[in-house]
Amino acid sequence: MHLALFLVFGIVCVAGAVNLLIQSHPIQSALSLIVVMASLAVEYLLLGAEFVAAVQVIVYAGAIMVLFVFVIMLLNAGEEERSQGSHIALLLGLPSLLLVGVLLAWSVTHHATDSVRVGSLYGDPRTIGKLLFTQYLLPFEITSLLILIAIMGAVVLASKPEVTPVGPASGLTTGKEK
Amino acid sequence: MVPLSYYLVLSAILFACGVLGFLLKRNIITIFMSIELMLNGVNLSFVAFASQWHALSGQIFVFFVMVVAAAEAAVGLAIIISVYRTRDTLNVDRVDLLKL
Repeated sequence: MHLALFLVFGIVCVAGAVNLLIQSHPIQSALSLIVVMASLAVEYLLLGAEFVAAVQVIVYAGAIMVLFVFVIMLLNAGEEERSQGSHIALLLGLPSLLLVGVLLAWSVTHHATDSVRVGSLYGDPRTIGKLLFTQYLLPFEITSLLILIAIMGAVVLASKPEVTPVGPASGLTTGKEK
Repeated sequence: MVPLSYYLVLSAILFACGVLGFLLKRNIITIFMSIELMLNGVNLSFVAFASQWHALSGQIFVFFVMVVAAAEAAVGLAIIISVYRTRDTLNVDRVDLLKL
């Protein structure tokens, strides 16, 4: 039963990821990324990580992807322009892709790992919260500082640049204007 | 009972898709989404290992990764807006000069 659920949502997940690569319009890529994140939340639930699954849906599929869709709509992003791929990427990429594939197949077939028992670990919000506010209090507070700085940085970067008066002094440095 | 290696393979596939998108895509927003995909793949292996070894610190780490990803998305999208304002394009091939 659990294996079936894992397989179904794993396939949905990979299909979403591949669809992200295939689609040429960014909004379709964003929607398939939401599919990936939602099915990953189910995988987390299967692993017993309830808190992480909830946060995955709320923060990733909710907040971050809304931000992405908002920016795509704001910038009116259209179809992607195709360009010539570089030969170096092809030369290096194909062998390394083969290498990773062989490594993966070998590790799956030769290293039979223990099965993960479903619900063996309770990552419910109460336990995680207790850990966050006792053992991991300092990192937690530091992340709040990080978020604050990120908000301020985003506001500064995205705000309209002030129109500076072009004086004769600025003509010295900008010799070439297009 | 799902073997741990299945989760790791799924995580590796997601990460590989993210790397592929990062290298192949030319739209700067899609490249950014590929980075998020890579982060998600890593998060899955974190949670799988946390379940395997009965250590909740893996799930705590996933929480921190998500926080950093949120901050990164906010700042990165602001940078994208700023780039679009000055260059009028989202194609990374056209954004190849430090100076305007």
